[in-house]
Amino acid sequence: MLFFILRRFLIAIPVMFLIIAMAFFMMRIAPGGPFTSERKLSPEVEANMLAAYDLDKPLHIQFIKYVNGVLHGDFGPSYKYKDFSVNELIAIGAPVSIRIGLLAMFFAFAVGVPLGTLAALNQNSAIDYSVMGLAMTGITIPNFVVAPLLTLFFGVYWHLLPVAGWNDGAWNHMILPVFALSLPYIAYISRLTRGGMIEVLRSNYVRTARAKGLSEFVVVRRHAMRAGLMPLVSFIAPATAGIVSGSLVIEQIFGLPGIGGYFIKAALNRDYTLVMGVVILYAGLIITLNIVADVVYAVLDPKIKLGRA
Amino acid sequence: MSAVLSVKDLTVRFSTPEGEVKAVSNVTLEVNKGECLGIVGESGSGKSQLFIAIMGLLADNGTVEGSAKFGDTELLNIPAKQLNKIRGERMAMIFQDPMTCLTPHIKISRQLTEVLVKHKGMSETDARQRALEILDLVRIPEAAKRMDLYPHEFSGGMRQRVMIAMGLLCEPELLIADEPSTALDVTVQAQILDILNDLKNDLGTAIVMITHDLGVVAGICDRVAVMYAGEFAETGSVQNIFYDPQHPYTKGLLRSMPRLDQLTDENLYTIPGQPPNLQRLPEGCKFQERCVYALDECLVDDPALTSIGEGRQKACHRKGFDSQGELIT
Repeated sequence: MLFFILRRFLIAIPVMFLIIAMAFFMMRIAPGGPFTSERKLSPEVEANMLAAYDLDKPLHIQFIKYVNGVLHGDFGPSYKYKDFSVNELIAIGAPVSIRIGLLAMFFAFAVGVPLGTLAALNQNSAIDYSVMGLAMTGITIPNFVVAPLLTLFFGVYWHLLPVAGWNDGAWNHMILPVFALSLPYIAYISRLTRGGMIEVLRSNYVRTARAKGLSEFVVVRRHAMRAGLMPLVSFIAPATAGIVSGSLVIEQIFGLPGIGGYFIKAALNRDYTLVMGVVILYAGLIITLNIVADVVYAVLDPKIKLGRA
Repeated sequence: MSAVLSVKDLTVRFSTPEGEVKAVSNVTLEVNKGECLGIVGESGSGKSQLFIAIMGLLADNGTVEGSAKFGDTELLNIPAKQLNKIRGERMAMIFQDPMTCLTPHIKISRQLTEVLVKHKGMSETDARQRALEILDLVRIPEAAKRMDLYPHEFSGGMRQRVMIAMGLLCEPELLIADEPSTALDVTVQAQILDILNDLKNDLGTAIVMITHDLGVVAGICDRVAVMYAGEFAETGSVQNIFYDPQHPYTKGLLRSMPRLDQLTDENLYTIPGQPPNLQRLPEGCKFQERCVYALDECLVDDPALTSIGEGRQKACHRKGFDSQGELIT
């Protein structure tokens, strides 16, 4: 197991390098630069600015310098948020996004799995159709509709919860964003759970478990659930990476200081280093969580042995 | 003799996208204490579904009608909670296809002990001890070492024996064995039949043996019911069925069995045709299309299962066969 994890992380190094290289050069292919703005800077000023950030050097030199910095844990200065390094920006924003994201994922799991199981146990009944109808609604109604509605009702009309803001992570400020963020995931998770469980509940070994006279709860919980949740594992890994790297919509609407906005704003601003920082963070999360998913598979299914292959 | 299981007019239907299928129709049977009833028939004749229905384990699209009583308790269409007081403890079923019938992610030991913990209220330690005894009984070599393995670490034959062990755990009053010995080599098969015989004789366990192995039937069964297309074609004692079959289908089955004492160069006999599609059953007798003795009335009138003396029944318009196996006209 340890060998497997180590090996996977070693393989991740060249993958990471490729991602960095591709993102770096693709950003530079895009027209414009960090200091291109509507009001044209004088050539001297622009040249000075470029020189200050080493942007006047040949591209391959810039790349080597950048990679060297990354290897030393320095993601460079932000070109747009003056006086902030990319490290500082991520250190401020990431904890917020990660906290909201993990809570939302946990909530989605805690609600989605029982809902999906309930639907599978009552396949093609009213319960099944209402759960799946809700799930479909959760998937189709976008965040930017749900979030303002939640704010309107819980914040403005009923005064139950704060409308927006982070307030150093006070729990009542997190409820609405976490809920809004988790809705589509509840939908996906309950649909995946339903599909997996329906298949397993028809299997011969679940029939054997029932023939033993075990209670329905034990049959489902002990004999069916593990295999029924297998399809979820491969969904949850990349989904978690996505959710913790922030949601632009949710963070904008609820005014949260997360990193969700960086990706898009930085790309539009040609804030090269910030884009790179966020890309590396996201890629690292995806790679790590996929390794976690493989380990979880092995834990869930004794037939899977994590070997050298 | 007291009937452990009495089934009356049991019918199993499945609704499929192509229409309704009647897998078992109007079956009536009794199994007594200390008796072994053999159910024989081709694949798809409904023999497994009949007992899966009695165990309350039909697939979602299946429905069952009629009555099946365990002692005085009606089993059909009762809540699972009530059924769980009987199944697994007083009535157990050994399923065919051991490769898929054990939960892949639970250790063998746990799959056995959970039954004892649930029904006998045993502690985990006592249950383990008992499970080990049963695994030894079904000849799992080095059971103590193997019991904490997962099903995929067992061979097919060993899994089959685990399934049998599972059925024996609580020493049930009724044991339904669905092809329990197909995956086993003949020596182990003989050992398993010995175990079942002991169970029957010493504890008075009633056994239902679902099989298409007529050798197994001859080895352990007291009575036999021959099933065809969801109905009983003929029932009777093992002696009667083997030495004096009265239904053309039974006769065909027996003829298609290879025999060591009559070695010839001829090809082994096969019953012509295929088992009928249950959605498009022929008019009249369901066996009529494949029957070499079919009469005109067989084409229009489905013969009812009627008593023919000596506790035997058959569903055939023909008078039967004499002691030489010749048709009585």
